Amino acid sequence: MTLVIVLIAVAVVLLVSGGVVVGARSRRRAPALPRTGAPRPGAPRPGAPRPGVPRPGAPRPPTSPPVMAATEPETSSTPETQTARPVLRDRLGRARGLLAGYFDQVRGRGGIDEATFEELEEALILADVGVSTTTRVLGDLRDKLRDGALSVTDPPALLQALQDDLVSMFEGDVESLAYADGDGPTVWLFVGVNGVGKTTTIGKLALRETRAGRGVVLAAGDTFRAAAGEQLETWAERAGARIVRGSDGADPSSVIFDAVQHAASRGAGLVLADTAGRLHTKVNLMDELRKVRRVAERPPGQLTEVLLVLDATTGQNGVVQARQFTEAVGVTGIVLTKLDGTAKGGVVLAIRSELGLPIKLVGVGEDPADLVVFDPVEFVSALFG
Amino acid sequence: MFDTLTDRFDAIFTRLRGRGRLGDAEVAEVLREIRVALLEADVNLAVVRDLIEAIRARCTGAELAKHLTPAQQVIKVVNEELTATLGGEALKISYASKPPTVVLLAGLQGSGKTTAAAKLARWFRQQGRHPYLIGADLQRPAAVEQLRVLGAEIGVGVFSEPTDPVSVARGGLAEAQRLGRDVVIVDTAGRLAIDRELMDEVRRVSQALRPNYTFFVVDAMTGQDAVQTAEAFHQALQLDGIILTKVDGDARGGAALSVKQVVGRPIAFLSTGERIADFETFHPDRLASRILGMGDVLSLIEKAEREYDEEVTGRALERLQTGTFTLDDFLDQLRQLKKMGPLTGLLSLMPGVPKEMRDAKVDDRDVGKIEAIICSMTPLERTDPTVLDGSRRLRIAHGSGTSTTEVNNLLRQFKEMRKMMRGIGPMAKLVGGGRPGNPSKSSKGSRKKVKGGRVTPSSRGLGPTR
Repeated sequence: MTLVIVLIAVAVVLLVSGGVVVGARSRRRAPALPRTGAPRPGAPRPGAPRPGVPRPGAPRPPTSPPVMAATEPETSSTPETQTARPVLRDRLGRARGLLAGYFDQVRGRGGIDEATFEELEEALILADVGVSTTTRVLGDLRDKLRDGALSVTDPPALLQALQDDLVSMFEGDVESLAYADGDGPTVWLFVGVNGVGKTTTIGKLALRETRAGRGVVLAAGDTFRAAAGEQLETWAERAGARIVRGSDGADPSSVIFDAVQHAASRGAGLVLADTAGRLHTKVNLMDELRKVRRVAERPPGQLTEVLLVLDATTGQNGVVQARQFTEAVGVTGIVLTKLDGTAKGGVVLAIRSELGLPIKLVGVGEDPADLVVFDPVEFVSALFG
Repeated sequence: MFDTLTDRFDAIFTRLRGRGRLGDAEVAEVLREIRVALLEADVNLAVVRDLIEAIRARCTGAELAKHLTPAQQVIKVVNEELTATLGGEALKISYASKPPTVVLLAGLQGSGKTTAAAKLARWFRQQGRHPYLIGADLQRPAAVEQLRVLGAEIGVGVFSEPTDPVSVARGGLAEAQRLGRDVVIVDTAGRLAIDRELMDEVRRVSQALRPNYTFFVVDAMTGQDAVQTAEAFHQALQLDGIILTKVDGDARGGAALSVKQVVGRPIAFLSTGERIADFETFHPDRLASRILGMGDVLSLIEKAEREYDEEVTGRALERLQTGTFTLDDFLDQLRQLKKMGPLTGLLSLMPGVPKEMRDAKVDDRDVGKIEAIICSMTPLERTDPTVLDGSRRLRIAHGSGTSTTEVNNLLRQFKEMRKMMRGIGPMAKLVGGGRPGNPSKSSKGSRKKVKGGRVTPSSRGLGPTR
């Protein structure tokens, strides 16, 4: 706390002296426009100091009981279940272009020289793989060439070797999502920064899981963003899943707690817990998430997956996000969304090599069927256009 | 956001400063490091290449200023090239002669369009306009609902109907005219640049509205792809500017540089936090300096100007000068500060704040604790903290839910702060009068004073440029 006081002191001093300058200037420039002392619209919204007053376990006011959706789960009533699973490469076919050009250039070369490696480097960097991972991967490839562990002379073979190397990075990963083996409901917790597609991912998964015959309860743990609950409710209706909501600004932990209780009492096997998007740099919001995780773990619920949802357009900041969220709540896997655009999502390679996190699901389109299990071979070949 | 990039440059330049002469080999090494720093900051490869070439050409060419050391020259060149890449002038909104002025927002899914729409509406209202919001995102479930909630929060009307985006846009525009609103902000659905159908749709919306401004909303965390997406949107919609969102994270924001370079339109606004007030106009020249570690004094002053209550500040200043700054005044200031957003963000704007402090993990909840402690004091105690004996301190600790150690801490720091403010009071008075101040007056004693001394001359120096 000492630090905070010192900082405030510094800030006050700077601002008061700065304020003098401001005041003097506005007096000079615009004497006709006195500033009103009226309360500014910028005052913190009522729900803003989110975890400022944590009310662990405190009962919510009676005015805001969790809303249980009346939608009865009507599983397997949807006929068009088994559409052909979209292949990542088909989707990405649309997005070819820039990178393909690079690799074609490499393929078309007569031999392997320094320029070949430079082109490979640029292509990987353009796919958001990042400088350090790129350097390491290409360095390994170079070493293997020198040691004779790899004997290729033509560029296409070199490209193949590089692809194999990248694919092997995901070796031993379990891509499937884990269900609890005990009695209590399985809980999957979804975390991530703002706007990556957490709610949409949950909606699509809910559809998949109800079709597979599981009883699904959605926990609308994003009580901060306006209308996030409504968004999830629309998905609950589509999927025929139940939803548990709290009032806006309610403690997300309590919403998730209620959802687990609700699932246990109704015999639903799976709880998909949404959380508000948060930047990993916000200390208080990450603390809030830690608490959400602790509550989600409580029996009868069994937390088997903490999934970090990551937008494929994210650059090198993705590594930092993965590191921070893993530190805070022990991420078990990544969901890579929006891979159907022009972005390659290469940052997951950096994340995999630095943190060892497996990629579990990939989102390749707006359709619910477009959320598919991650396939390293497909992903890497898509990376190579 | 740009701090990490700043740190990288800091490190590179620190090593440069230690050298007398720079040979070709050294220049090449420095350029390589700058290249890696920029790439790691997600600046697009093509943009990096151009930048590096430009810097190389000038560093090795004949263009050498005699009075600078080689290291200084490199820094100067990098600074100039960065500024050039970021663009010279800030975007100035000119309003349509026949209202309403129409602003269209477009971008990828999840880039923050809906939030930006509400923030922009609030910003226009602060400029004395009468904004109106149109929710044309009929794709994402509850997107319109989100806009309505945000609109209600800031007291701006929202128009939408469940038809199709083009009719919603037309209907909204007509409604805005009927209501006499002079700015219309249109939120659209997120779409991928390669989705022909949806790109066509947004083009039709744009044709129906003939917007005065089309802003591309882009996430500061975007990687290399930012360029392709921006290019596609620019082709479809003729962008006028860029709104960079989620700037409050620790992404290095290279996307900003790339998009600016590719589209050739200025970055107009930064969305800097979760609260609706966390939104500011972007000043490229200031940002380049910030990347190079010079702080962003002007943005800070502007922010203060917007959120600070002049009356309260004036009172504080008076107390400061007379040396009668009380805990009550401190509380006032604290509350004003809170309005401006999280402390960490604030500090990153201040020049001369040492790196350790900028990086310090500040828990904004502590601010609440301090507020609670002061609020638990009687008026007498707030004016004259010397009456606080052990039993009073215990009572305050109980009352505020803190410990006596925390109360003691606050009191000790407050005392020190008062001491330091006395040193600054006379100087502030001089500056207030517009006469040249003497920063050295504040430089006796603790290290905090030095910082107070530094901000004043620089803000004075930069002030008239506005």
